Amino acid sequence: MTAAVFFGCTFIAFGPAISLFLFTIAREPLRVIFLIAGAFFWLVSLLLASLVWFISVQISNKESTSQQKGLLIFGVVLSVLLQETFRFAYYKLLKKANEGLLALSQEETMPISIQQLAYVSGLGFGFMSGAFSVVNILADSVGPGTVGIHGDSQHYFLSSAFMTMAIILLHMFWGVIFFDGCEKQRWFVVAAVVVSHLVVSCLTFQNPQYVSSLVPTYIIMLSMGIWAFYTAGGSLRNLKLCLTCKDKDFLLANHRPR
Amino acid sequence: MENNAEDVENSMEQQQANTAPEPGQQPQEPPATRARSRGGSGAGAADGGGGDGGGGNGTGPEQNGQPPTARPARVVDAEEEEDEEMTLKYGAKHVIMLFVPVTLCMVVVVATIKSVSFYTRNDGQRLIYTPFPEETDTVAQRAVNSILNATIMITVIIVMTLVLVLLYKYRCYKVIQGWLFLSSLLLLFFFSFIYLKEVFKTYNVAMDCITLAIVVWNFGVVGMICIHWKGPLRLQQAYLIMISALMALVFIKYLPEWTAWLILAVISVYDLLAVLCPKGPLRILVETAQERNEPIFPALIYSSTMVWLVNMADTDRPKRNSAEAGSVQQPTQESAVESPAPSSPSQDDGGFTSSWVSQQQHRLGPLQSTEETRREIQQMPSARPPVEDDDEERGVKLGLGDFIFYSMLVGKASATASGDWNTTLACFVAILIGLCLTLLLLAIFRKALPALPISIFFGLVFYFATDNLVRPFMDQLALHQFYI
Repeated sequence: MTAAVFFGCTFIAFGPAISLFLFTIAREPLRVIFLIAGAFFWLVSLLLASLVWFISVQISNKESTSQQKGLLIFGVVLSVLLQETFRFAYYKLLKKANEGLLALSQEETMPISIQQLAYVSGLGFGFMSGAFSVVNILADSVGPGTVGIHGDSQHYFLSSAFMTMAIILLHMFWGVIFFDGCEKQRWFVVAAVVVSHLVVSCLTFQNPQYVSSLVPTYIIMLSMGIWAFYTAGGSLRNLKLCLTCKDKDFLLANHRPR
Repeated sequence: MENNAEDVENSMEQQQANTAPEPGQQPQEPPATRARSRGGSGAGAADGGGGDGGGGNGTGPEQNGQPPTARPARVVDAEEEEDEEMTLKYGAKHVIMLFVPVTLCMVVVVATIKSVSFYTRNDGQRLIYTPFPEETDTVAQRAVNSILNATIMITVIIVMTLVLVLLYKYRCYKVIQGWLFLSSLLLLFFFSFIYLKEVFKTYNVAMDCITLAIVVWNFGVVGMICIHWKGPLRLQQAYLIMISALMALVFIKYLPEWTAWLILAVISVYDLLAVLCPKGPLRILVETAQERNEPIFPALIYSSTMVWLVNMADTDRPKRNSAEAGSVQQPTQESAVESPAPSSPSQDDGGFTSSWVSQQQHRLGPLQSTEETRREIQQMPSARPPVEDDDEERGVKLGLGDFIFYSMLVGKASATASGDWNTTLACFVAILIGLCLTLLLLAIFRKALPALPISIFFGLVFYFATDNLVRPFMDQLALHQFYI
């Protein structure tokens, strides 16, 4: 517990996301705004899901734990579906805004492309989702205590942190893939995103057995990552050029005038 | 950009900084377009808002209060489109320029609330403006008491605003200046001393009187100089953020719970009315300032670039607001525009929204700082060198009242919500989105808009919803370690 666990878990959970933010988003005001708007949309979806869950709990039998657990599972599934619905709604809103801006401005190109918006909105969803999942846990980890003293798992904090990292990155990948699917009207892609989100959430139902939930989640995350990479235009050739610093376009694009 | 900048300047002069994106190409453009209301600061802020307009008081590019009316209609059609485009680019930048200080202020308030228990402890003391206690036997009685408290508070704010408008109308600038000076004096010395004392108590730091006296003295004097005269921009911004945070903390401590939420709601409504109604005090203030062709008092406004160009210390109007018409140089003044009137950030009360004013009143207690004081402070020679050198970067301005109320909402959320961090985060995001929307509206409507209502409305909705609905759900999920 205390500081070591707190800092360790915080950096595990938010490290990749914060670095992505700092290196690619923080300097562009428009991207920051769309990130926060994405976070807002996720929040609204959570609110609606909680409302439905809350109502269902109030009218149910509070004594029966199995029923409560069933309702919770129902709440999780509903929340996932609502999140994806709001992702779609955000996509629609961005398209409209894009068109509006393009119509207004005289320029040919938008200041921000739909792919960038996909990335940024996915990361926004991820940030908010990760924050809501783990911040309270991190706050508790600062104080004194013994993890798992009543027989629960001792790896609670660590597994939460790893799961959160996976979820944040997954949201980002899903955002890229989802928007691309919507752009190209490939609905099976969209369905694949929804299904994989459901699978990841349902995997967490087995949670004190972390091996069976974390490992498949990471496998899904890696495969989604590769899919998103190819969707965004990456390829092995690009990757090689980038890693060996021979990508002229990239170098030129990042060249800062003196 | 050069052009834009200039344009902005021109436009800024008179009007409220609206975000008016229109950078207009012509430097000579009459400020007409500028009218973009303060609110708009975000968007057009760049160009027009520059400096003054910028987010001014909250709503938009704040031009402090200068309604667009004064401006001659210009040929804006052609430029409008370009403006739009620019607006988007500049608008985003100005929105971020406002996000950062608002976030910092909230972070300071939340950090203090979480660590220093003084501000959440109920000592049984109340402000004189909220005399009815909330520890009553029945819920109904508590509700009645809180409604009465909120009514008294809002009445005080309205009265103060009217007094300010009257003082301004009858040109009692000295009174206003003195008032603002005294209020900032109290804030910088007395309240920061109390804050330091409590922080030392919390961390059990032993500090001798002499060191403490030197530290507080230096802090206060440098603060007075930075705010009322000249100082480095960042230092000035830092001081404004600090005093906003201090004020928000005082409100969090001394306002009982239901009263605080009611006051937030009522202040937003008041802000909306004061800025948009034709007879609203803020509007009157702005119009008066325009008639006299002088900048409205640059009340305490946070500016992302040159801070107020308040040079008026001496009461002359011309010096006053930089932004005001006439002085091209002072784009910044704008935000203050509107009248320090408390509310309506939009109107550029320079952030002195009515709520701010009311706060001031609270805080300063007997000091009637309200608008007058604000004004005064604004008028204090802000020592910012004239804006001339600052063309390219017109910042945005936001009234301090907005800072204070946003921070108060988030601070109260973190102090009282049992959902802890989730609620705080939700309120934070809601307020930022509200600010973004306000700036967007400002860019679209190009007239003064209040900055408080949308953000506070979102903040309140998300606070209550997250605390009552989302918290139990997330708690259950965390218990079973389910992830959504």
